[in-house]
Amino acid sequence: MLGSPRYFYTFSSRVLPWLVPIAVLTLAAGLVWGLAFAPSDYQQGNSYRIIFIHVPASSGALMGYMALGVSGLVAVVWRMKMAEVMLKAIAPFGAALAAISLVTGALWGKPTWGTYWQWDARMTSMLILLFMYVGVIALQAVIRDPRQAARAAGLLAMVGVINVVIVKYSVEWVQTLHQGSTLKMFGESTIDPAMKYPLLLSMLGLWLLYAVNVLLRARTEVIWRERRSKWVNKLVKEDNR
Amino acid sequence: MNAVRKQRLILVISILVGLAIACGLMFYALRQNINLFFTPQQVMAGEAPLDTQMRVGGLVEEGSVVRDQQTLDVQFVLTDGKGSFTVHYQGILPDLFREGQGIVANGTLISTNRFEAEEVLAKHDETYMPPEVQDALEKAGHPGAKAVNSE
Repeated sequence: MLGSPRYFYTFSSRVLPWLVPIAVLTLAAGLVWGLAFAPSDYQQGNSYRIIFIHVPASSGALMGYMALGVSGLVAVVWRMKMAEVMLKAIAPFGAALAAISLVTGALWGKPTWGTYWQWDARMTSMLILLFMYVGVIALQAVIRDPRQAARAAGLLAMVGVINVVIVKYSVEWVQTLHQGSTLKMFGESTIDPAMKYPLLLSMLGLWLLYAVNVLLRARTEVIWRERRSKWVNKLVKEDNR
Repeated sequence: MNAVRKQRLILVISILVGLAIACGLMFYALRQNINLFFTPQQVMAGEAPLDTQMRVGGLVEEGSVVRDQQTLDVQFVLTDGKGSFTVHYQGILPDLFREGQGIVANGTLISTNRFEAEEVLAKHDETYMPPEVQDALEKAGHPGAKAVNSE
């Protein structure tokens, strides 16, 4: 059902009015709580607060790339139109998040580590993630036929998933300047609950905002691709009336 | 699944598996070079090259920091429990530099027990907590408490 562009359009029209306020409120609550009310850190004082932007942005960039890889697989193997649309809709916000992650990391690194940048495995692989995003966007921009563009970009997106695994585990496999994960899927997180909950809320809020962005971009792309279809023309006429 | 899709799926999977293996082998081959720094244990074992630009990483040994009163010269012992050597540095240390803290130093190894650093970076661990919690942990003698005040 969601594979049909028309169904997706009507479905997203119903979801968005709810998703937008929920996303904005969750993110705002998480950020205000984290930046203004959470306690300061015992070693870093207030400079640790950049975590409330850095970690949500980084996790969003990684998850977004996983979604991009799945869309790529479906677009290349099954040639589904909605997967091609998603391939185009997911990339820009993810690229922005990867860039934010690198910039906030550098700003935090200067006072904490004493340097903006080191070519360690975590930072280098994160920079490659940004380049992969940019590559997927650029590939779609230079190939005129949208279906061919999707196949090329889809393959690149899939290949890049290997790098996501490297980003995630670089801090465990090799020695890096970057510390290991604070939030752990299994086992106890090494962060005080008073800092953990605003962090989790900020992460959830940013992921929801990412979802909103993807839906909006996908809707625009659907309308453009189906511009010659009856249902889109009917929609336009109704809108003009 | 029809035959064409199946063929495409097999092709895509084999490309990905091939690339993953290639990356895995590359990563394995580069393992030594991808590591940002040498540990004191490796330095003691003679695995680190002498007179070449490189990085070492470890913990600053408690009570080993000696500052020159007139200049910015500082020296301290870098350890990882299995080996240790002295690091000499001239310059301003990062805020998080403390005894017991993990650091990464960039410079040259003069001998297996003397390292001339040009740059000292503090390595931060993944623990975050409010100062009050740290105080409480310290008072209770909890292993999670870290030595914060040095010097």
